[in-house]
This record gives sequence, C-alpha cells and structure tokens, in this order.
Amino acid sequence: MTTQAVDQIFVTIKHWLVLQSPAVIQPAVSVLLSVLPLLIIFPSLFAVTTVLERKGLGRMQNRYGPNRVGPYGFLQPLADGIKALIKEDIVPVGADKLVHFLAPLLLVMTAFLEYAVIPVGRNMVVADMDSALVFFFAAGAAMEVSIFMAGWGSRNKYSMLGAMRAVAQMISYEAPLILSSIAVVMIAGSLSTTTIVERQAGYWGVWPYHWYVFTPWGMAGFVLFMIAATAESNRSPFDLPEGESEIIAGYFTEYSGFKFALFFLGEYLGMFAISGLAVTLFLGGWAAPLSFLTFIPSWIWFFAKLMTLIAGFIWIRGTLPRLRMDQLMNFAWKFMLPMTLVVIFSAGIWRFMPSGIVRWVVCAIPIVLLYWLLGRALMGGRKLEKRTYRFAE
Amino acid sequence: MLGIGIIQGLVETARNFFGSYTSKQRLTTVQFPDERLIQPEAARVFPFLVYDTDDWEKGLRCVACKICEVECPPQCISITKSADKKPDYSGIYSGKPQFYPEKFDIDVSVCMSCQICVEVCPFEAIKMDNAFELSTDDRFGGLMWDKQRLAMPNSHYQAIHPTDAAESDAALAEKKAKAEAKPAAAAAAAPAKPAPEKAGAATER
Ligand code: SF4
Ligand code: SF4
Repeated sequence: MTTQAVDQIFVTIKHWLVLQSPAVIQPAVSVLLSVLPLLIIFPSLFAVTTVLERKGLGRMQNRYGPNRVGPYGFLQPLADGIKALIKEDIVPVGADKLVHFLAPLLLVMTAFLEYAVIPVGRNMVVADMDSALVFFFAAGAAMEVSIFMAGWGSRNKYSMLGAMRAVAQMISYEAPLILSSIAVVMIAGSLSTTTIVERQAGYWGVWPYHWYVFTPWGMAGFVLFMIAATAESNRSPFDLPEGESEIIAGYFTEYSGFKFALFFLGEYLGMFAISGLAVTLFLGGWAAPLSFLTFIPSWIWFFAKLMTLIAGFIWIRGTLPRLRMDQLMNFAWKFMLPMTLVVIFSAGIWRFMPSGIVRWVVCAIPIVLLYWLLGRALMGGRKLEKRTYRFAE
Repeated sequence: MLGIGIIQGLVETARNFFGSYTSKQRLTTVQFPDERLIQPEAARVFPFLVYDTDDWEKGLRCVACKICEVECPPQCISITKSADKKPDYSGIYSGKPQFYPEKFDIDVSVCMSCQICVEVCPFEAIKMDNAFELSTDDRFGGLMWDKQRLAMPNSHYQAIHPTDAAESDAALAEKKAKAEAKPAAAAAAAPAKPAPEKAGAATER
C-alpha cells in the first residue's frame, strides 16, 4: 500500500461501504459513517485523557496518580464509568425537571456539533461548509445556554452562582477568541476550515513555512487563542464556574451519577474541539510538521497536535492557581481584547507588505510594543514581592 | 515583565514532572496495601480489653465498674454488670471474687480514639490497640464489637506498646505486692492489737 492509500484509508472504506448499500439509503449511510467514528473516537479520547491528566497532574505534584486499575492504572476510566453508571441519579425536589434533565444532553450535543467542521485528516471533515468558523462559534455559544440551564434548572444557589460566573466568563472570553481567529480569516480569505488548512500547506526546505503560528501575528494570536480557549472550556486557572473550594462544582452541584459524567464529557469534548480548531487555524491542521514526515498519515498528525495542545492544558492546570473574578474580567477586557485588536492590525500589515524579513519585523513591532506597554500599565507601578505570612511563621 | 512568573511556574512543574520519574526521593507516597509504614509506638486507634492467662473470658481484668462507660465522651461503650462474682483469675485482685461484665460492647463507628476510657480505668483493664483496618461490610452488627472481639491478651499489649505495657505491669505488680503485704501485716499485728491495724488500713486506703 502506498502512503497515500494509508492516508486515505478511512475515506476509501467509507466510500466502499456507501456504495455497497442500496441507493435509497446511501445518503443516510454516508452521514452515519461520517458521524459515528467521531462519536466513538472523541469519547474514547476523553477516557484516555482523564487518566493521563490525573497521572500527569500527580507527577507534577510528585505523586503517582492512579495506578491500581489495570496496567499502570490505565483502566481507571472504565472503573469510573461503571461507578458513574450505577450511582443513584438524584434530582432535587425543587428542580425544574425538564431543564435539569436536558442541560447535560444539550451540552454534549453542542460539543459534538462543533466537530462537524474540524478536518481531522486530508479529506476527512464531516461538513465542508463555507462558513465553518461561524458555525463553530455558534455551536460553542449554545454551550453557554446549556450551562445556564443546568444552573437555573437545579434550583440551588451554588449552581446559580456557578452558572452566572460561567456565562459572564464565556461571553467575555468569546470576544478575544473570535477576534484572534479573525486575523487568520483575514489572511486566509476564507471562513472554511478546509481552505484555511490548504492555505497553510507547503514547505520551505523542510520547514512548514506557511503555518500561521510562524508569523508574528499568528504566534501572538495562537497564544491569545489558547488562553481564551482555556477560559471557554472552563479549565484551570479559569475554572471559577466550578470552583470546588468555593461553590462546590458550581453549575453541576446538583448532578449525580451519569449526568455528572456527561458534564465532564461535555467539558472535555469542548476542550478537544477548541484545541482542534486551534490546530486547524494556526498549526497547519493535519499537515506534517516537517516535509520528510509526510509519509505518516494526516490523521495521525492531527491527533498528535491535538494531544500536544491537551498536554499544554494539563500543564497549565498543574501550574496556575484559580483567578479571582475581578482578575478574570480585567484580564479579558484590559489585556486580551487590546492584544487581539493589535493582532488583527498586524495581520492587516502582513497582508499588504511584500514577504521578507522586514515584513516579519514590522509586524512584530506593534504586538511586542503593546504587550510591553500593557504589562507596565496593568502592573501600575506595583512590584511583585515575595509574600510573607505574619502568623504562619 | 508580564508573564515571567507564569513561565517560572511552568518550569517548576515541568521539573517536578520529569524529576518524579528519575528520582525516587521526590515521590513520598507510600503505596499502602503493598507497602506499610511502621507505626509509631504511641499509635492508637481503638480500645481492647486486656485479659491475663489464656482464657479470654475468665481472665478479663474488667470488673464492670462502668467508669469508662460514664466517661466516654461519645458514649459508645455499653456495659452490663454481672449478678454473680467470678474468682480472681488474673490474680490482681488479691484473690477476692469480682463482678465481671456480662456484656461489654463498643461501637467502632462512634469511638473517636480519645483514649479517655484507658485513662480513667483504675484496673488497667482497657488499653488502646493500633490496628486500624476495621472496616466491614456489615454496618449494623459488624461495627458493634462485643467483649469476645475486644478481648486481647496482655502479651499483645506488651508487643504493640512495650513502654506503656511495662509501666502498667509494674503498677499492677506494685499493687499486688501491697495487697499481699497487707494480710501478712494484719496477721502479724492481729494477736497483739486489733484496733490500730484497722486505723492503719483506713489511712492506707
Ligand atoms: S477511646 Fe474514647 S471514644 Fe473510644 S471508647 Fe474510649 S473513651 Fe470512648
Ligand atoms: S474497663 Fe475499666 S473502667 Fe471500664 S468497666 Fe472495666 S474496669 Fe471499669
């Protein structure tokens, strides 16, 4: 088999299977075969990620992490799943039963919707839309609704607080998230994810020269995008909506058993989806990072990049403490927003200058300058000092 | 500059991450059921009833005085005093027959390991054990320990808390010696003058 055949193996199998079925149901079979693998692969990825995350976090804190179930603890998600399934499902008496029931389902469903537009390999995208990015962010916004439903439907003050925090946070960070991807849209000239990936194709020598992350605006945009993505997926240090120590898991306080597990699933699916989008927008999608590595199938590259970003999420989670609400908002509106605006500006310059080292420097200047100025201004002359504890010592 | 602190933090966690694979010293976790720490001598979890000789029922030192039942802060001891008396099997009550507990139950789930029962017992009859794996799947009967389950030989006490056990044994031996000396003195003094002996005994007590 040639490398190309291996690369396209899933596409070929799907076509073959579709052709085997009777003509009437062929469209339905085609849809099913596109969707089903995603419904299987990403939840399994979730299972693997949870155990890797727990082990990784453990190691960062000099612990072992789970190591009891199966070899090296890798069957832990199975045990967790069984546990979640056989737990009692408690619905509070005062809850709005319907909303309470629908919220986790809606969360998972919208998270799955986002995968429709992410190309996981060459010719491997469920819906090749012209306005894929718009669709992605629209589906992402529906997640906020489901979170608010969970908080409202539970009839619990903690849930409500968590949901309000979540909505405030997600709306604030949606602005920088979308603005930083606008820079990519400006340069690629398209909202379609497949086109964006195509625009980043090609190598300069062995280097993936066209990846947007290797431009000044792309690099800054990528970092801003990832920060906003962390906030969007309610990950630490932006996990205020959950805040176990303050509001006992926030909007899913009142959920138990499998619905609780669904919230976790939805959260991780959201994180995978947004990382997938980051891979697509900035890291060349499914393309190999070096020209001589193209023999490895494109879908392996996509998932390798995805897992690298997830590892980054875990690393950040193991490092930073939770922000305070005012810090969160200040960061979004006083730092992220101006930075993304200047990234768009820089991308505009990039578009109209002839390529070369001069362009690179000229585009980098406004970003670095604003970063430096903002850093100074936001610190407001305060110095970070080592904190002394008067009574503890 | 902005962000330096975050990078320093990231470096620190990365160092922990890789360090935990290379140096065993970093991992302080004791993998419990496989590895165990040696318990310090003062470790205490749940009381047991001491018995002498090799018959757990007759050898129990407890005389059902109920002091511990009254003093136990969470009230988890329940004792029924016997109607009859049993002979002094342990030899620490100067041969006099004693009451014994017909029923002596302690609720494991309520006991808070405070050791007050041990402190108040005048007869060295109840001591703290250091066994800590007391969980059970029978949450009604299995958590109420009766006197058979509570009974442990004195040798067990000597094994787990050697220092305390030595003190306790010494105290008992002293008591015993005193008790033996008393009848001897009484026997010596009796023919001469019965009255002072009584006064002496009273002051002694
Ligand atoms: S250790 Fe404390 S709580 Fe436990 S039985 Fe003795 S007095 Fe009661
Ligand atoms: S254990 Fe000691 S204090 Fe408690 S009833 Fe028996 S003799 Fe009295």
